Amino acid sequence: MKSSTTSNIPTWRRALLVSAAAFAVAQAGLTQAAPEEFATSVVNTTGLAVTDDTVTVGILHSITGTMAISETGSTQAEKLAIKQINESGGVLGRQIEYIQEDGASDWPTFAEKSRKLLVKDKVAAVMGCWTSASRKAALPVFEQYNGMLFYPTFYEGLEQSPNVVYTGQEATQQIIASIDWVVKTKGVKTFYLLGSDYIWPRTSMKIARKHIAKLGLKVVGEEYYPLGHTQFNSVINKVKLKKPDIIFAAVVGGSNVAFYKQVKAAGIDWRKEKPLMLTISVTEDEVLGIGGENLVGAYSSMKYFQSLTNGNNESFVKAFKEMWGEDSVIGDVTQAAYLGPWIWKYAVEKAGSFDIDKLKEVLPGIEVTTAPEGYVKVHENQHLWSKARIGLAREDGQFDVVFESEELIEPNPFPKGYQ
Amino acid sequence: MFDGYTGSELMAIFAMQGFAGLILFSVLVLMALGLAIIFGQMGVINMAHGEFMILGAYVTYLTSLFFETYLPGLSSIYFFVAIVLAFIAAASLGAFVEWALIRRLYKRPLDTLLATWGLSLILQQTYRSVFGAREKGVSLPDWMMGSIPVTDMVEIPINGIIVMVLTLLITLSVYFIMQRSQWGAKVRAVVQNRPMAAAVGINTSIVDRMTFALGCGIAGIAGSAFTMIGSTGPTSGQLYIVDTFMVVVFGGAANLMGTIASAFTISQAQTILEFFMSGSIAKVLTLGMIVVILMLRPQGLFTLKIRR
Repeated sequence: MKSSTTSNIPTWRRALLVSAAAFAVAQAGLTQAAPEEFATSVVNTTGLAVTDDTVTVGILHSITGTMAISETGSTQAEKLAIKQINESGGVLGRQIEYIQEDGASDWPTFAEKSRKLLVKDKVAAVMGCWTSASRKAALPVFEQYNGMLFYPTFYEGLEQSPNVVYTGQEATQQIIASIDWVVKTKGVKTFYLLGSDYIWPRTSMKIARKHIAKLGLKVVGEEYYPLGHTQFNSVINKVKLKKPDIIFAAVVGGSNVAFYKQVKAAGIDWRKEKPLMLTISVTEDEVLGIGGENLVGAYSSMKYFQSLTNGNNESFVKAFKEMWGEDSVIGDVTQAAYLGPWIWKYAVEKAGSFDIDKLKEVLPGIEVTTAPEGYVKVHENQHLWSKARIGLAREDGQFDVVFESEELIEPNPFPKGYQ
Repeated sequence: MFDGYTGSELMAIFAMQGFAGLILFSVLVLMALGLAIIFGQMGVINMAHGEFMILGAYVTYLTSLFFETYLPGLSSIYFFVAIVLAFIAAASLGAFVEWALIRRLYKRPLDTLLATWGLSLILQQTYRSVFGAREKGVSLPDWMMGSIPVTDMVEIPINGIIVMVLTLLITLSVYFIMQRSQWGAKVRAVVQNRPMAAAVGINTSIVDRMTFALGCGIAGIAGSAFTMIGSTGPTSGQLYIVDTFMVVVFGGAANLMGTIASAFTISQAQTILEFFMSGSIAKVLTLGMIVVILMLRPQGLFTLKIRR
């Protein structure tokens, strides 16, 4: 049926095909058939992979390579969302089918697979990418072929493309409220900034540093270590010498594990009054590798924790575990990935069309009231309004939520005065 | 940068920093020993060295699970069992790889580079399929993760001491095996003159297999020890491979003393630099220093004069 929508077919023939299709559907007596006003020719004028009863989307994450460790959860969440949407009747009466591609932790591969999904498969939307590097590689492809990417990871900001919906936090949402919180409730006065050496930690630390200066407080040390660095004894000694009230950390990957293990071995206990630990790079996923006993007492700033106690989250966690096993853990990015298909569904239904240009018009203001993190809304800049939260790491690898911002925080990918 | 600190604080920090240097030294030696044996004695560049290490780490993980389930009373000492098992597993895999792959490539040393690199990719994906893509948290007995407080500021990490002791033991055993045992004499004979060694009745292909297995086994021990200080995941081995090659090449490939001297130089340089500047810059300067020295002395710090 796909061909019936391509533009080189004469109009009379298309009309015939559409009415034939409508007739077939009516014959079948399907209860969930697309209503007359959502006929394929109406809702899909740009030749996307939409038929009378299915619509195809793409899932593009790394299943192999270094990043598979992080991206597995996102893939699982997206499949769960798609399954639930299908069970509740699909999108405009159409069941979602997905084509999954492997980015293989290789940024050019992300661009190549994006092109394949958009040009060959004509998918209506893509849920995918994880690292900023992969998104930056795929972005020109999405802009060139006018695709729509739902990107789940919290990231450094400084980007806003009409072809991307950013369902994770941008840096200011994650950092500012949490620094305010530690300053107010813990009386923190001196900070030690520590990160892996690439764009996300560096941009995040820049924002943190500016904000700390604004509050009139002091940064006593700032350090970056190469990705994959595994020896942290020197920096631990420096921390002991400078005695900061808190360490603000954005260390990622294998370095993360090495860092927390070595800190513990050096006799630093985050449960003590000083130094405290506030990290923006540890979710429940990372704790699996670090080990809860090595992290206990640290604070993590995220918008979502698996332990959130609202009805939405409880049913989300239950469904996730039913689908992917009782031992699954759900981190911040996994939840953000789960939002992607839902936001897309609501946008399509509001627009009454799968056309990307119509989606762009209706996206600002789309709400997800059933989001596990609570309630989220899409901003004009296609990032999400969302709450900031801080979790206190427990020994079992989960977090106790100790702080939640009262209001939704406005996404601000180009923060003035922080660059 | 030392304004406002008391003398005793500075003393304490220098003591701690010296200790950090020693830990890094032990870690580097432990990583590089296995590779140095294989590279130095056989001329094989084993790009899959990191994956043999991670095999040791996974064996440790499995052993910890086994002890938790079946012998919870003994779980505080499971680690020593794990080290032995890690050695056996990595050495057996090493022997198999030598038999299946490496021995066909002795005449083409550069091809071993490509073959073992391919092997490393295969092993990574195997780990990913078997153990899952996510990192595993290896739970260690409490006594191994603590520290011994000497004064308020000086605290000695126990896992650092364990790594140091382990490194010392393994280095000594390797020394005795290579220099004092009959088998070591055979290995050295094969390195110095293969046809001659074969002519006097040494089974050179068995010697090759055992040497490769020994190198891989030591990598397994290193991986097992590194569960204390690092991550255990399918690609964690990649974190160590660059440093490992750096140590071996800088030390001069054919000599174990060279490996030790090179690990010492690199670890001290890096620890001292890291203290005075940020981690990335320290790494750049350390690598820069190595490049300059290798330009002046391409054969590395120590070399063995042998007849080819």
